[in-house]
Amino acid sequence: MRFLPLVFVALAAAAFFVFPYDLAFLTRILIMIVLVLSVDLILGYAGVPTLGQAAMYGAGAYAAGLFAIHVWADPVAGLIIGGLAGAALAFVSGLIVMRTHGLTAIMLTIAVAQICLEIANRARDITGGAEGLRGIRMEPVLGLFAFDFIGQTGYWYALIVVCVVFAALAVIGRAPFGMSLRGIHESRDRMLAIGAPVYWRLVLAYTLGGAVAGIGGALAAQITQLVSLETLSFTLSAEALIMLILGGTGRLYGAVIGTVLFMTVHHLAAANDPFNWLFVIGGMVLAMVFFLPSGLISLGHALKGGRK
Amino acid sequence: MDLFLNILVDGVAYGMILFMIAVGLSVTMGLMRVVNLAHGGFALIGGTLAHWAAQDLGLGYWAGLAVALAGTMAIALPLERVIYRRIYGFGELQQVLATIGLTFLMIATVNLWQGSALLTIGLPEGLNRVVDLGFRTLPAHRLAVIAAGALVALGLWALLDKTRFGIRLRAAVDNRDIASSLGIDTGLIYMATFALGAGLAALGGVLGAELLPIDAYYPLRYMVLFLIVVAVGGMGSIAGSFAAALGLGLLETAARYLAPDLATLTFLGLVTLLLVIRPNGLLGRV
Repeated sequence: MRFLPLVFVALAAAAFFVFPYDLAFLTRILIMIVLVLSVDLILGYAGVPTLGQAAMYGAGAYAAGLFAIHVWADPVAGLIIGGLAGAALAFVSGLIVMRTHGLTAIMLTIAVAQICLEIANRARDITGGAEGLRGIRMEPVLGLFAFDFIGQTGYWYALIVVCVVFAALAVIGRAPFGMSLRGIHESRDRMLAIGAPVYWRLVLAYTLGGAVAGIGGALAAQITQLVSLETLSFTLSAEALIMLILGGTGRLYGAVIGTVLFMTVHHLAAANDPFNWLFVIGGMVLAMVFFLPSGLISLGHALKGGRK
Repeated sequence: MDLFLNILVDGVAYGMILFMIAVGLSVTMGLMRVVNLAHGGFALIGGTLAHWAAQDLGLGYWAGLAVALAGTMAIALPLERVIYRRIYGFGELQQVLATIGLTFLMIATVNLWQGSALLTIGLPEGLNRVVDLGFRTLPAHRLAVIAAGALVALGLWALLDKTRFGIRLRAAVDNRDIASSLGIDTGLIYMATFALGAGLAALGGVLGAELLPIDAYYPLRYMVLFLIVVAVGGMGSIAGSFAAALGLGLLETAARYLAPDLATLTFLGLVTLLLVIRPNGLLGRV
């Protein structure tokens, strides 16, 4: 298991050479992985279900896009701005969401994302409304690597961001903070009993997740040079959640596998049959739940004959 | 005055539609502890069947409605037996995944059968006119919807409060294990309740087609709206669903009439506020 992340990086590097004409799609997968990883921090580590992660993703995307247009078009600075925007929104909404649980918490995360969507839609002068935010022109990454037409720089840039985010989340997961989140996940009451500030830990986890999602949004804005209202949509939040559960929660690489599987199947099915691809997605999702309830990361376990 | 009456009639009609669709969702979520994201799919199935019977077969509105109700319940029963019965035992996340997978399949099926265009259900003569109340006129359709909603609410109240089935159902919602250890056949209750909820969703879908237009992506588009009604009303509470549906229906309609630009924001803002103040919903159990 220790070398698994290296295998992923090797596969991602190989994909660059094997599918040179699909770089745009591969880059979209990488960006999505960042978003799904942020959901894994909140849901997989801390056990808080969210259907509104697109709020932070979109906030990061708009913040990075506006920053690039009006202030400074440096990509790394843009990522930081995007992360800060996501974190700020997550902190403010987390103060409310973490007071509740279950269905109410889920509904609040959805409501926050819908409110952001409506604001972005109304503030046409700033965000471009339904037309999307256009005119983002990024400077070269670190002043060295210019974004090219084919998307080669974009791909490596996104891959490096994914690796950094993955490593950071892995470290957080092993740190005392990550352990206390898992503790809260397992038993909120016991954590309270041993004196852990459960509410603030959850708010902090939500804020960190928001920062990661914001970075993902910023990445999308910089690479696609466009921010549309879809970055804030309920569909995006729901798809991120589906991908995570498909892959398996709580262990980061489930987020990676789930995203790759879902987006590849989605891409192929939609290309083969633009009208009936939803059958394939629905069938895949149902089959997964019934045969591999703990997600793809439990596949090895299931094959060895031990079903849980 | 006219404006006020318009808001009242449209808002209550809209609220009744929300109630009919969401009440089944609320009860199944309270009873079976299933996060059933596919519930809007039953309204879609009802609407599609009604469209098919009324337009394609030319049977007319009322026959279409009957086909929709019978057909949806006939689909819901085996679905409960074969799929949902297994889903009850899953964890919350797996339930989300399974029911959203089902939703996708429902959408894909309707899409394959009827295409992705709007599925209209032409109103019959009787509903497509205005009723003259003497001092002003109102669309008959809205009044019919309000009457149907009130009947459904009354019927549900009678069913739950006055019948043996209602007693058993309430017992099962309160505590499934104890209810079943007292000899109540909870499996049968689940199935009947599920089919009833699906039937009501179909009814709401068909009657509400003027307000919430039906096409293949209906379940995804309105999923959040129905869940909001359940969350605001309190899971498993029928009176709560009724109050929440009417309140939210009036609220959204009023916002649309009075401040169209800010309607969605006002609606979402107030819903958020309500959920913060009452996390278990208006009438939810703690």
